[in-house]
Amino acid sequence: MLRIDCPCCGPRDHDEFRYGGDASIIRPAHDDPDFEAWYRYVFVRRNPAGSHREHWQHVLGCRQWLIVERDTRTHSIASVALARKPAPRKSAQ
Amino acid sequence: MNSNSKRLAKGGRIDRGRPLEFSFDGSKLAGFQGDTLASALLANGVSLVGRSFKYHRPRGIFSAGAEEPNALVTLGTGGRREPNLPATMLELGDGMIAESQNRWPSLAFDLQSVNGLFAPFLSAGFYYKTFMGPTRRAWMFYEHFIRRAAGLGKAGMEPDPDRYELRHAFADVAIVGGGPAGLSAARAAANAGARVALIEQDFRFGGQLLSERPGSEANAWLEALGIELRGLGNVDLMARTTAVGIYDGQVLGLVERRDHAQASGRVRQAFTILRAGAIVFAPGAIERPLVFSNNDRPGVMLASAVRTYVNRFAVLPGRRAVVTTTNDGAWRTAFDLAAAGAQVTVADLRATLAPALQAEALRLGIAVRPGTHIADLRGGRALNAARLAGSGAETEVDCDLVCVSGGWSPTVHLTSHLGVKPVYREDIDGFAPGPLAGGQFGAGSVVGGYTTAEAIETGHRAGIEAAAYCGKTKPVPAALQFQSTDLPAAAFRGVPPARGKAFVDFQMDVTTGDIALAHREGYQSVEHLKRYTTLGMGTDQGKTSNFPALSAMAALRGATIPETGTTTFRPPYTPVAIGALAGRAVGHHLKPTRRTPMHDWHIANGADMLEVGLWMRPYFYRGAGRDVNEAYVAEMRFVREAAGLMDISTLGKIDVQGPDAATLFDRVYANGFVKLPVGRARYGVMLRDDGVVLDDGTTTRLGEHRFFMTTSTAKAANVLSRLEFLLDTAWPDLRVAVTSVTDEWAAMSVAGPRSREVLAAAFPTLDVSNEALPHMGLIGGEFDGRALRVIRLSYSGERAYEVYVGASAGEAAWRRLIEAGQPFGLRPYGVEALGALRVEKGHVAGPEIDGRTTLDDLGLGRMVGKRSGFVGDVLRRRPALAEQDRQRLVGLTCVEADARLSGGAVLFKQGETLKGHGCGRITSVTYSPTLGAYVGLALLAGDVAMGDEVVAVHMMKNEAVRARVVSPVFLDPQGERLHG
Repeated sequence: MLRIDCPCCGPRDHDEFRYGGDASIIRPAHDDPDFEAWYRYVFVRRNPAGSHREHWQHVLGCRQWLIVERDTRTHSIASVALARKPAPRKSAQ
Repeated sequence: MNSNSKRLAKGGRIDRGRPLEFSFDGSKLAGFQGDTLASALLANGVSLVGRSFKYHRPRGIFSAGAEEPNALVTLGTGGRREPNLPATMLELGDGMIAESQNRWPSLAFDLQSVNGLFAPFLSAGFYYKTFMGPTRRAWMFYEHFIRRAAGLGKAGMEPDPDRYELRHAFADVAIVGGGPAGLSAARAAANAGARVALIEQDFRFGGQLLSERPGSEANAWLEALGIELRGLGNVDLMARTTAVGIYDGQVLGLVERRDHAQASGRVRQAFTILRAGAIVFAPGAIERPLVFSNNDRPGVMLASAVRTYVNRFAVLPGRRAVVTTTNDGAWRTAFDLAAAGAQVTVADLRATLAPALQAEALRLGIAVRPGTHIADLRGGRALNAARLAGSGAETEVDCDLVCVSGGWSPTVHLTSHLGVKPVYREDIDGFAPGPLAGGQFGAGSVVGGYTTAEAIETGHRAGIEAAAYCGKTKPVPAALQFQSTDLPAAAFRGVPPARGKAFVDFQMDVTTGDIALAHREGYQSVEHLKRYTTLGMGTDQGKTSNFPALSAMAALRGATIPETGTTTFRPPYTPVAIGALAGRAVGHHLKPTRRTPMHDWHIANGADMLEVGLWMRPYFYRGAGRDVNEAYVAEMRFVREAAGLMDISTLGKIDVQGPDAATLFDRVYANGFVKLPVGRARYGVMLRDDGVVLDDGTTTRLGEHRFFMTTSTAKAANVLSRLEFLLDTAWPDLRVAVTSVTDEWAAMSVAGPRSREVLAAAFPTLDVSNEALPHMGLIGGEFDGRALRVIRLSYSGERAYEVYVGASAGEAAWRRLIEAGQPFGLRPYGVEALGALRVEKGHVAGPEIDGRTTLDDLGLGRMVGKRSGFVGDVLRRRPALAEQDRQRLVGLTCVEADARLSGGAVLFKQGETLKGHGCGRITSVTYSPTLGAYVGLALLAGDVAMGDEVVAVHMMKNEAVRARVVSPVFLDPQGERLHG
C-alpha cells in the first residue's frame, strides 16, 4: 500500500486517491486541431521501468490533483506536488 | 478423566491445574491449558490424524508449527466450521471440537487408501494426461468423483455467526517473530525510544527457547525479557498473530486468531493493517525433513518438533526413538528424549562425530550409528521398525518414533513478498533473504544466525538500527545474553538418494519418483516442476518440501542449487480466513448505502427498492401493481395521462462558479454554452478525449458566473473528477471552481399533462405559468426556509418540472407535492417506469452511452454543428468513427402482434444465418401502453434501412422475434407535449 504525502493533508493511504495516468505528457491546447498531437496524448505512453511522473487525485481528501513521482519498480515515491501551480500572491503592503 | 497416556509426570509449560476437554472425531479427550491441539492429541496417544491428499495414506503430526503438512483438522460445527487448520497452531480451548479430514468412512479404515495400489497411475501430470487434450470429455465426467476423493476439509454451508474485525495500527518498529532475536530487537528498539509492535504467531513469546528444558537459563532469560518489555510501556505484544504478508510502504497484514476463547458475539479473528516506520524480520527457520522410503508414516516427526513436545508440552510421543540427522542440532532431541525415559538410537549421516556428542550419548545410554541413515520404515498406521543403511550391514531397529533433521531453512517468505529474490548461501546451504529495502532489517536464524547468542546479538543490532531509521536514538543498554546449550545445525551435503516411495511434499503427496518423472518429461525449471507435480501447492505452501525438492531437481539436472533457483513466495504466509479479510464488511455492510432524503417515505408507501450503484431507489410502488411488470405500465399510464412524481435526488449535481464558468462548459460539452441566457437550462453531451460519448445531463445558468450542472447518477463521480482534472492540470488559467452538491439538494420530477396544476397547488407563491416558466426555464423560491429551484425539464417527454430543494426539506416538499397532486391524479413512480418513459421517447441512457458510441451513433451529431475546440472533438473525427455502416441508434417494433422484444437480443439481417455477433443488438426495451405494443431501442448496422425487417435472437431465452426498424422516437416526435 502506497502512502502519498499530500501537500494539503499530509501522508495518507493510497485508498483515498484516484490514479490519473502519466503526468509527463502534455495535453494539447483545447483548440489545437492537430490530430497527431491528440493521438499521442490519448494513446501513446512510455511505460518506463523506473521513475514515473503521474497524476493522482486526493478524492477522499482535499480533491486536489497531484503530480507524484513514483518508481514503478519499487513503488517508492520521490516527490508529491500540487498539479496546479498556486497563483502568484501579491505581496501585502 | 485424564487419559494422557503419553504425558510426562512433570514439566512442560502447561497448567496442570486447568484441565480442558475437547473432542477429536467424536472421542472426548482431555488436555491442559497451554497445550496446542496437536500436543493434546499426542498426549492422548492419537498418532493417526489424517489421510493424505492423493493416496489416502495414514498420516500423523509431523511438526510443531506453521509448517505442518499433515495434521490438518476441521474446527467447529455448523456455521463456525473452519477446515484445513494445522492442529499444531491451534491453542487448545475448552470444548473445542475438531475432526480429521480426507478420510471415508473413518480415519482408521479408509476405503480410498487403495489409491496407494494404483499409485503408478496417479503420478505427476496424471490428471492432465488422462483428462485433458483429446480425452477432455472424460474430465468433465470424472471431475465430480475426483474432486470428492482428492480433497481437503469442507467448509460449512451455514452463515458464520461470528464477528471478524479489520483494524489499522501504527508503529515505529514492527518486529516479526517473538523468538530470541525478535525479543532482543524489541528490547533494543523500545529502549531507543521507538514505539514497537512485536508480532508472534504462537500464543507464547519465546520461539525455540520455549522448547528448552524447564528450569534452564533460557527460561530465566525469557522471564526477565518479558518483565522488561511489559514495563517499558511502548511495546505492543501481539501474540497469536501471524504476519501473513508485507506490502508497499512498510505495511504488514496481520491475522490474530482467538479460537481458544470461543463465545458467541466475540470477535473470532482480527485482521490488522499495520503501518510501520521500519520492520525487523526475525521469523526464524524451519527444519528440513529427510527423504527416504515411507518417510511419511505416522510417528515420523521433525527432530525439533519432538523436542518441543517433550520439553514444552511434557509429551513423550514415542518410547523407542530413532533420531536420523545430518547435524549436531538434532542430538539435543536425542538427549532430551533419553532424559525423559525413551530408548534412543541416533543414525547420523556423518561418519565422524564430535567426541562431546558421543560422550553425552554414552552417558545417557543412547546407541550411536555414525555414517548411517534410514533406508526404509516398516509399519502402517503406526511405526514398527526402521531399516538403517550406510556404513556396515543394513540393520533393523525397533521403534515407534522417528525424528528427522536435514538442517534448517530460513523462513524467507515474508522478505520475498515484495519481489526480493532469496539468495543461496553456501555457509548455511540454504536460501536467505535477498537485499532488503530501506528500513527493513533481518535478525536471527533467518539471516543465518543459528545460535541463540547470534540471534540475541543480531536482534539487538537490528532493533537499534530500525529505531534509528525512525529517528529514535536514545542510548540502549547492552544486549542481554545468557549461556545457552545450543548445538547448531551445520550445513551438510551428501544425503543419499532415496529409493521406494519417498515423500518430498507430504501434503500434496509428491514423491522423489514424481520429481524424476517431471525431469524426464522436460519440466526442469522449478516453476514448471511445481505446477506439473503440484509440489508446494498445498495449504502449507511447501514450507518443509521446498528445499528437498530443489535439491532433488538440482541433482537430477546436475546443476547447483542456486542455478536451479527457488519458486516465488507470495502472500499469505499461512492461509487466511475470508472472514478475517472481510471484517465487518459483510451483508448489508459490504458497501456503503446511499439513501435519498425521501427514502423513508418510499419504504412507508410500498416502494420496492432497487440498488443502483450505491443508491437505493424506488423500483416501483406496490400500489400500482402486484409485480414490477404490472406496476411500471400502470405508472407510465398515469404519467402520460395525469401526473407522476419521481425521486431524482440521485442525479449528480455540481455547482460551478467563476467568471470563466461559461467557457468551461463551452469546452467540456460538445454543444455550446456561452450563449445560454441566465435563467435557462440546456441539455449537454460530454465526450471523452478519444471522441466517444461520456455522459449527458442538463446545465442551468443561475447567474452570469454561476451554473448548476446535473450528471447521470452513474457518472457523477467521474464527471466531477474530470472537471477538476482539466481545471487543475490543463486549464489552470480558467477562473472556475466546481463543487459537488449532490447530497445538498433533494430533487424530484413532476411530470405529466397536469404537472403544472400540481406545482401551482403545491407552491402557490410561485408563478409557474408558461410565460414565467417556459420549457427549459428556471424559477427560484423558498420552501420551509430552504432554497427551492424549479427547472422545467423533461425526460419523459411530458410537460415536466424538476424541483430542487435543500435536502433537509426534501421529504416535506415531496409530501406537499403528493398531497397537492392528489386531486389531479398525481402518483409516485419508480425507476422502471422512468426508464420505460424515456425509451418511448427515444432518449439515450446508460445502455446506449456504453463507452463505445459516438455522437453520430446516438443521433446527437446535429447538436454540435460546426463547433470545434471542445473535449474529444479532434479524435471523434477519426475515420473509423465516421464510417457509414457503424451501428447507430434505431427504434424497433414487433412485426407480429403480441410478440415481445428482449433486451440484449442480437439482431440479424433477414436471411442471415443466426450465428455470431449479427449486425446489432437491442439495448433497451419496454412495453408501451400508449402504443399497446413492445418497443425497443437498438444499435444497428448503418446499412440496414428504416422499414427493413430484422430478426432479434435472444440466445438464453431461445427465442427469435421478427422486428421492424423504425425511428427511435415512438411518441410525440414533434415534442408538442413539452411546450405550452
